[in-house]
Amino acid sequence: MGKPENISTYPEIWNKPPFITNSTLRWGIIVGAVIYLIAALASMDINPQRIVEGIPRGQRFIASFFPPNFADNRGVVWDGILESIWMAIISTVVGIALSVPIGLGAARNLAPFWVYITCRSIIAGSRTFPEIILAIFAVKLFGFGPFAGFIALSLGTIGFFAKLLAEDIENSSEAQAEAVKTTGANWFQWINYSIQPQVMPRMIGLSVYRLDINFRESAVVGIVGGGGIGATLNTAFSRYEFDTAAAILVVIIVIVMVLEYASSFLRKWVQ
Amino acid sequence: MAVIKTNNEIIWKRRTTKKQLAIWLAWLVGISIVLFAWSIISERTVWFFVQDAPRQAADIGGRMVPPKWSYISKLITPVWDTINIATLGTVIAMIIAVPVAFCAARNTTPHSTVRVVALFIIVSSRSVNSLIWALMLVFILGPGVLAGTIAIGLRSIGFCAKLIYESIEEIDENQVEAIKATGASNLQRMTYGILPQVLPTIAGVGIYRWDINIRESTILGLVGAGGIGLQLSASINTLAWTQVSTILLVILVTVFISEWVSAKVRGAII
Amino acid sequence: MLKLENLTKRYNTGDLALQGVDLEIPDGQVLALIGPSGAGKSTLIRCVNRLVEPTDGSATLNDENLTKLSSRALRRARRRMGMIFQEYALVERLTVMENVLSGRLGYVGFWRSYFRKFPKDDVREAFRLLDRVGLLEMADKRADELSGGQRQRVGICRALIQNPDLLLVDEPTASLDPKTSRQIMRLINELCAERGLTAIINIHDVLLAQMFSQRIVGLALGKIVYDGSPEGLTPEVLTQIYGEEDWSATIEKVDDEDEDD
Repeated sequence: MGKPENISTYPEIWNKPPFITNSTLRWGIIVGAVIYLIAALASMDINPQRIVEGIPRGQRFIASFFPPNFADNRGVVWDGILESIWMAIISTVVGIALSVPIGLGAARNLAPFWVYITCRSIIAGSRTFPEIILAIFAVKLFGFGPFAGFIALSLGTIGFFAKLLAEDIENSSEAQAEAVKTTGANWFQWINYSIQPQVMPRMIGLSVYRLDINFRESAVVGIVGGGGIGATLNTAFSRYEFDTAAAILVVIIVIVMVLEYASSFLRKWVQ
Repeated sequence: MAVIKTNNEIIWKRRTTKKQLAIWLAWLVGISIVLFAWSIISERTVWFFVQDAPRQAADIGGRMVPPKWSYISKLITPVWDTINIATLGTVIAMIIAVPVAFCAARNTTPHSTVRVVALFIIVSSRSVNSLIWALMLVFILGPGVLAGTIAIGLRSIGFCAKLIYESIEEIDENQVEAIKATGASNLQRMTYGILPQVLPTIAGVGIYRWDINIRESTILGLVGAGGIGLQLSASINTLAWTQVSTILLVILVTVFISEWVSAKVRGAII
Repeated sequence: MLKLENLTKRYNTGDLALQGVDLEIPDGQVLALIGPSGAGKSTLIRCVNRLVEPTDGSATLNDENLTKLSSRALRRARRRMGMIFQEYALVERLTVMENVLSGRLGYVGFWRSYFRKFPKDDVREAFRLLDRVGLLEMADKRADELSGGQRQRVGICRALIQNPDLLLVDEPTASLDPKTSRQIMRLINELCAERGLTAIINIHDVLLAQMFSQRIVGLALGKIVYDGSPEGLTPEVLTQIYGEEDWSATIEKVDDEDEDD
């Protein structure tokens, strides 16, 4: 069907244009990546003999998880779970309450420069350090128990929530904000009528998501003494009661699933 | 919204009375839960320590300055380990997460049973914090960087797979249909119709998770799984506060650099 | 020759999209399928290459019953049916060339296609087709950088590189401006003539249908209500297909054939 006289004029080979057009850069990145991977793997200090020895130990370890034992320490587990839930709720509420002013202050289009810088540094500080490090210090300062965990999770919430709130406000529609401003509204009215309706639905979704995160994190702040189910889990591990540990993990997974379902449901309902 | 007409007046209210009541009720329930939660927490708090906290904070803060700069030379290897844990962990996670995501997405899953399994993998990996994964892996593999890397990998599978499978479910089916109409096989449909659409997401998710993993891997040392957390917990336990502040500063710098790198790479790719 | 017998499709929702359609299209004929939205035009052509599975009846292409094929044989059969889509349906993040070559996927093994190592003849044919539709310089551009008309040209190349016996065209002009629409329709027509292709063109623009095809089939509520020449589309026929409306303006223009380019 083609026209034979044309055949020789069209190229026979076609290669996809490379993603990085500069070939020196492309090869530089590839070689660099390979060298890094080799160096990283070499410094892993993987000892095959130790791994082989570890296999039966690992099997025994995993086997000792089954069947999960819900019965023996039921009271303690239940207590830990509830404490985690209360911790998650309180730290989410307090964290968000603190995040709102900080988030407003960290939005370029709302705040004067020095407020912006201050709020952004608070956010950066709280985001840099994982909740666990915050929890270690909270435990040092406030003593063992859920209060320290609550402080750590609240601080963590600020870094998460205030940042997203600030970004959302910065991305909100300028036109709507201007329209409300021209009515002569004062600052609070302006926020209430132009900014709040725009960012509210997403923030409600995010707060449930953060509740979910705080619950999961509450399972680890306990490892360093911050109360909640993490403390119970840590005790189970250190007593080699792995079947109880398995039961705790199962309960955590189930609660996270429920929270996830609830948050998707709520998000649909809000929007 | 409600407009009520009485005799010769029209009253506008934002919500109907019923809706307003429901909202008040929701607030009431919410506030009671919060207050109850607070009462439990405060019951278990030793308020003496809390009152003492400002003095303690000032004391520890005072002991932390000036940071012990000479200690930095001892932190180079731990930082290198920390970065390796994050990077290799992310690589492992992505290698597993992509196929899991394809199994979990409604439009690409081979079978609905497979989908359930994939979703279960995602939820369990997401629910268990990397520190708990590390705690268990240290029991199996012994302390070290390997346990940390695998812990980060296991934790990241769910996170990455979830974001990827959500984007697979949102692809434009017309493009896939067009490839199907040419007589392409299922695998070809995947690589020509679906993969190009989700590749930017996959790359973006990998970088995003790497950035998070840098942060997460700084703490794995607390349970013996390698990285700078090892030095941190040792310094805290020995009350070497000037070392602690040095370590915190190093973590701060590492995290800022990783954030900068990931923003640059993301900008170049997407 | 394509032959549809009692072709029926009932969707899971219970909607009867096609109610026993019988249609015979001789080789080399370009047929326009008109009808209001929801009449079943799209379903009909998708039942031919089984992007939609017909509930009942059969579609036979050159004595092969398409509705009975196993999935492997179906893929083989699909290679002989090129399809052109309403919203172009190009893979937007792939280059123009990859989109054109994707028409050869049915002929090329997985790994070859994965590494984009298509046979020389395919590559040459792809360049030739791109030249034919005037997009030779665009080969390395990404599909989402093209305009609507250009994308549809790439879509046409993708269908033609399959070297098909039958062209299934689904509303090729729905998202194009009037001038580009005519150019695209003319191009499809010319290519069909060059290659002696059989084609079914779904189109809701009656005027374009009359201008560019030898035979018109009107579909309403999943049934054929008109089958004849473009000239036979009287106001009564159009009313039967689309419902009551003043058709004089539509009919009049039939005489003043095409002009611009």
